[in-house]
Amino acid sequence: MQVRRFDAIVVGAGGAGMRSALELARANLKVAVLTKVFPTRSHTVAAQGGIAAPLANSAEDNWHWHMYDTVKGSDYLGDQDAIEYMCRRAVEVVVELEHMGMPFDRLESGRIYQRPFGGHTQNYGSPKMAMRACAAADRTGHAMLHTLYQQNVRANTQFFVEWMALDLIMDPQDGAVVGVVALEMETGELSILQAKATLLATGGSGRMYFSSTNAFINTGDGLGMAARAGLPLEDMEFYQFHPTGVYGAGVLITEGVRGEGGYLLNKNGERFMERYAPNNKDLASRDVVSRAMTTEIKEGRGCGPDADHVMLKLDHLGPEVIKLRLPGIREIAIKFAGVDPIRDAIPVVPTAHYQMGGIPTNYMGQVVAPEGASKEAIVPGLYAAGECACVSVHGGNRLGCNSLLDLVVFGKAAGEQMIKDMRAQPSPHRALPKGAGESTRERVARLDSALSGERVAEVLNDLRRTMQAHCGVFRFPDDLVEGVKKMRVIAERAARTFIEDKSKVFNTARVEALELENLLEASMATIVSAEARKESRGAQARADFPERDDKNWMKHTLWYKEGNRLDYKPVHQKPLSVETMEPKVRTY
Amino acid sequence: MKLSIYRYDPDKDEKPYLKHYDVTLDAADRMLLDALVKVKAQDDSLAFRRSCREGVCGSDAININGKNGLACVTKIAELPDHVTLRPLPGLPVIRDLIVDMTQFFKQYHSIKPYVINNDPPPERERLQSPQEREALNGLYECILCACCTTACPSFWWNPDKFVGPAGLLQAYRFIADTRDQETAERLDNLEDPYRLFRCHSIMNCVDVCPKNLNPTKAIGKIKEMMVKRTV
Repeated sequence: MQVRRFDAIVVGAGGAGMRSALELARANLKVAVLTKVFPTRSHTVAAQGGIAAPLANSAEDNWHWHMYDTVKGSDYLGDQDAIEYMCRRAVEVVVELEHMGMPFDRLESGRIYQRPFGGHTQNYGSPKMAMRACAAADRTGHAMLHTLYQQNVRANTQFFVEWMALDLIMDPQDGAVVGVVALEMETGELSILQAKATLLATGGSGRMYFSSTNAFINTGDGLGMAARAGLPLEDMEFYQFHPTGVYGAGVLITEGVRGEGGYLLNKNGERFMERYAPNNKDLASRDVVSRAMTTEIKEGRGCGPDADHVMLKLDHLGPEVIKLRLPGIREIAIKFAGVDPIRDAIPVVPTAHYQMGGIPTNYMGQVVAPEGASKEAIVPGLYAAGECACVSVHGGNRLGCNSLLDLVVFGKAAGEQMIKDMRAQPSPHRALPKGAGESTRERVARLDSALSGERVAEVLNDLRRTMQAHCGVFRFPDDLVEGVKKMRVIAERAARTFIEDKSKVFNTARVEALELENLLEASMATIVSAEARKESRGAQARADFPERDDKNWMKHTLWYKEGNRLDYKPVHQKPLSVETMEPKVRTY
Repeated sequence: MKLSIYRYDPDKDEKPYLKHYDVTLDAADRMLLDALVKVKAQDDSLAFRRSCREGVCGSDAININGKNGLACVTKIAELPDHVTLRPLPGLPVIRDLIVDMTQFFKQYHSIKPYVINNDPPPERERLQSPQEREALNGLYECILCACCTTACPSFWWNPDKFVGPAGLLQAYRFIADTRDQETAERLDNLEDPYRLFRCHSIMNCVDVCPKNLNPTKAIGKIKEMMVKRTV
């Protein structure tokens, strides 16, 4: 295998990867950014509603309120040091994006336009909504991702486009990460990329669900790499279902629709969220709204011939607001639901959207794992940021607009930390461990030589249907146990996949087979962790344990691939500078 | 549904050919991309790019019955029963429906696609009125799918010299941004018999853009600014 050497490697070119790459490139380091798709095709591009920052351009706001909302939104599982860190850097990173040229919408004052969003409140949870979501129409992710790419073009960042990282290379001496093995898709060749610092910014694993807002590429690749290297995955049971995916198609309709004044209706034309969340109504947290919708449907108040969805009404906003602030979702509704929201309501259903868990890190982006007496020993040379990481700022449930913020705050923080760590130890590259890349070569060789076995598309289909049926908005004990059993069978099948395509050139069948192996680790972590957590908190809603149990379960789950082993670690309830926000009953 | 798909794998094929597929669709298969995914489940050797499946990432631009478009937002119901799919024209084919987009991105990079403002950044955001911001509508939404540029005969003739509609649309996006200070340099960069002036307003770009953008109009505005600064 060819070996290439860099100071730093960034795996993934979405918001987090490109923000960190910018930091590294500006420090004149030799950086390689590996990405499965051209950078502007990364899934950050699909984010719609906004990025949270208490700019207070339209209404009073400050980082304390933002922090409170985030802690409460997380159902008190978020680490309060990391949440304080994120909220305190929010204004800085959003202003930076503006300076980079991001085309935010504007107020008459010339400042960035901000809209209300779910769970964003004034004065520590009052019924009065904050205006915190900084928006570029309903294409905020697109505007942000393109701006970050443009700045990387300017900074001369070296991109390896359509290169898929397959495995971490670890020094067995001390578990330090010294690089990755990667596949160049155009040639089919495997290479070793060696580095002093490696950042995983590979995004989420939303393709594990049958009905998902996520792009095809969201297959949890970084999670698979970490799990195979023996690292734990944290809080994977907390998977967010977005209230408003287009019924039947799964395509996302931003919460910004409700931020602009849209609301949900059941078959009786009732604005049912008033019953579930009397204060914040349709702008309660996503887990709350998704459960309310699911309950309405289950109790027979769903819409349509099968009574299996609800309606999102926004025609009362008027054509001007819809055309100016929500043009993208109008386009989506027309194309994917066959309705023009200027006249008609959009049929919607809770849809798998975002993984709160991931590779455990601290708020500097350093990956941490239990070792000896410590639950959070730093893994030398390895960093993670964005949806693939669990800092944890989202805890049991993420607030809307905190994901884009997470990408830029922790992308930047990880970049800064990588620079600091490299400067503190200006040592040459470590020697590669013996047999580096061998296990990856074997995985790929198995696919190249297998002449029969399980078809990738079929195993994937069964995986997605199993996760959908057994680990959804509400979780039932028997379903979970049964789901874990089914997933074990699927895991065995995934180890016996075969592909007909044996070509070296741009072999997408091979890529999909390798993606399935990653998605499998993410799914296993999710359902095994969900089955074990005997409480309801945030996105984990168990029928048999309907209450939050702070006494026994105020702790983070750690799942290991080896034997599906589980471990737990404490939540950081102490913030950096303010008082702890004590757990309370969570109502909206 | 009947699909005839351009196939070429340089690893084993001497030359390209059309392969015919009969796909049975489910009620849930509404877009052309759904049909392609079905084909791939039968024949995993078919190579194409795709990601967001909602028309925002720009991965799955292909030539559909002679016209460029995104497979993920092309409705099967609006297509004839027999559809022929080819890679985007005017770019080298890597394999099947996958083209080498190097030249396309090179042209995009050549227009310096980033806001340049050399004033020290203020503590807070640079101010821009809603009207100034609206001037960017119809420009910033480009997804770099290359449908337009690869539908342009001027680009087919001079891919190395003509910036092409996507790149020029973005050139105007930065000219139109009140925060950018390099308008003169940007115009200089395009003052050339090929880079800008190979556009002959054929308007294929407008016809195919899946985001309903209008590169010809943006190019017209750049040309207008060029004329204005000479008088």
